[in-house]
Amino acid sequence: MSVPYAKLPRWVDYGLIPLINLVVAFAVAGLVVLLVGENPLSAAAIMIEGAFGRGQNIAYTLYYATSFIFTGLAVAVAFHGGLFNIGGEGQAYIGGLGVVLVVLNLDAVFPWYVNFPLAVVGAGLAGALWALIPAYLQAKRGSHIVITTIMFNFIAASLMVYLLVDVLKPLGQMAPQTRAFAEGGQLPKLNWIIELFGARIRSAPFNISFLLALAAAFGVWVLIWRTKLGYEIRTQGFSPKAARYAGIGEARIIIITMMISGALAGMMALNPVMGDQNRLQLDFVTGAGFVGIAVALMGRSHPAGIVPAAILFGVLYQGGAEIAFEMPAISRDMIVIIQGLVILFAGALEHMFRPPIQAFFASLGNPARSNGAAREGQA
Amino acid sequence: MDFLPTIITVLDSTIRLSIPLLLACLAGLYSERSGIFDIGLEGKMLAGAFAAGSAAFVFGSAWIGLGMAILVAVALALVHGFASITHRGNQIVSGVAINFIAAGATIILGQAWFAQGGRTPQVSGPGRFNAVELPGAAALRDVPVLGTIYADLLSGHTILVYLAFLTVPVTWWVLYRTRFGLRLRAVGENPAAVDTAGISVPWLRYRAVICTGILSGAAGAYLALAMNAGFVKDMTAGRGYIALAALIFAKWRPVPAMFACLLFGFLDALSIRLQGTPLPLVGRVPVQFMQALPYILTVILLAGFIGKAIPPRAGGVPYVKER
Repeated sequence: MSVPYAKLPRWVDYGLIPLINLVVAFAVAGLVVLLVGENPLSAAAIMIEGAFGRGQNIAYTLYYATSFIFTGLAVAVAFHGGLFNIGGEGQAYIGGLGVVLVVLNLDAVFPWYVNFPLAVVGAGLAGALWALIPAYLQAKRGSHIVITTIMFNFIAASLMVYLLVDVLKPLGQMAPQTRAFAEGGQLPKLNWIIELFGARIRSAPFNISFLLALAAAFGVWVLIWRTKLGYEIRTQGFSPKAARYAGIGEARIIIITMMISGALAGMMALNPVMGDQNRLQLDFVTGAGFVGIAVALMGRSHPAGIVPAAILFGVLYQGGAEIAFEMPAISRDMIVIIQGLVILFAGALEHMFRPPIQAFFASLGNPARSNGAAREGQA
Repeated sequence: MDFLPTIITVLDSTIRLSIPLLLACLAGLYSERSGIFDIGLEGKMLAGAFAAGSAAFVFGSAWIGLGMAILVAVALALVHGFASITHRGNQIVSGVAINFIAAGATIILGQAWFAQGGRTPQVSGPGRFNAVELPGAAALRDVPVLGTIYADLLSGHTILVYLAFLTVPVTWWVLYRTRFGLRLRAVGENPAAVDTAGISVPWLRYRAVICTGILSGAAGAYLALAMNAGFVKDMTAGRGYIALAALIFAKWRPVPAMFACLLFGFLDALSIRLQGTPLPLVGRVPVQFMQALPYILTVILLAGFIGKAIPPRAGGVPYVKER
């Protein structure tokens, strides 16, 4: 390659380059705001105010972030195995089915602290099973996982409409949703944590599944970087040939990775279903599965990056709602554009700014050494 | 129930429903044959439909609408090319990004410009593509069977329908009988060999994605100006993905692509026709099942239970000239 090769310091690789990509994505989003005739700077101010202005808003921001941590982790685990799981949306949707199967049967029997672990298992299992079929088809029949998971999103949507309209809806009710859960199916709120800092919250859906999300983030870190299975997943993702040579069963890793990914996506359902709406509604996922792609790319597939990235998207969701209030020209769909731009600049164009930055750092360093490095890079 | 008119109605809507799939599918064919996977067909179609709807309303001409649709879709295709050819980014990630940008931007701009909740105002008359009577259709209508088929099934579609079907042999000819087509197929299989022959791989691939942009823009214009009378938000409704599935089903060949699109269009037409009517043996089929059927079929197909689909060998792999 013609660009001088220089090993970049870690803070550049994991801090500066993602930051530049993000800034460019937001600059382009700002241009869109300008195009519809609003001031991007005041839009940004409204957004920050809307996301952090009051305790209430912070709680909402963290509520959205909870969902995105789950879906972001789901996409990231699959990335490590060299798989692109676009099916998070469908897996989360089916995860909701796992939740209600537990809750509708047990919510009047047990208190929440018994039902919650069971619902976690139900959601995870449902999501994992929904990911199992595409995984199996990729592993054994060689059909492309991206296409099959997209198809499974559509199939999941049809299936859930059918189940909610024809099966789960109680008699004599018009809206396609399940009955409301009893006390045992409702997760306790975490709003008191924010109230400790002196804020007052009337009502916000920030709930205990946030802690589960943080635990899952830690669990993913342990899994990917501290276990044999994680090592195998990363090997498979980095070089399938090397993995085969090392005797790592390709089909096994694909299936296990996708099932873990699906389980994480499925657990996202706990947050809105048990934490907020207390019933299963149509389209409760509202795009969180897709946000996970942007979150994982932005967080560079590392839990330590995913959690802040998820909170940033929580800010966008909560703050975006406030912008829609104040600036009628900008609806919440602005987030979809920002999401797309983040995926474009942090994902597809992640290397765009690398050559100039490398050239810059190469020119900074000892000339002789960086020349040697350049030759090494070309070899 | 009279049998022939029912069949003709279903087949007629089959043609109408399969045209956007066909145009998008052939669009994907150029790009994927050159080794650039394109999952962003959906987004390009949607942006094209929006551009067509807005331009046709503002200028009152369907042809200007089509032109704008093509322009916008080509622009998005070039973004995809820039990311995946010039910067060797992940082609799937780039396609996903384009889908989101198109989905969000069409709603935001539509709301800002027309303030109708993301849709564009209704267009009519010259702002739409209207039905074309084939010569002699009225005279032949009374001939039993053949006349009915000619007058009611083949005649009376918009010009875009005929152009779309014409694109199939044209694509075949370009792909298999021209120098450009040979190189296009070669660069999708073995770009290094093309490079060795002194042909620029990036320029060839850029031309391929431009072809993709043109055809997916036309697909969008068909949705907005021929099938409907204006743009409605999210009007592509997953057609870009079905087109992709049809492309795989057809093993990346133009003529089978047409049949695959007709099949998916037929399933769609059938599901609309059969809504609520009980079938013999199985009873009433849930609407949702019929809606999911194309996706289910695609999955079964991809799994290789009906033939094996082998993608272009260099598909999805960025080309690095030298190391």
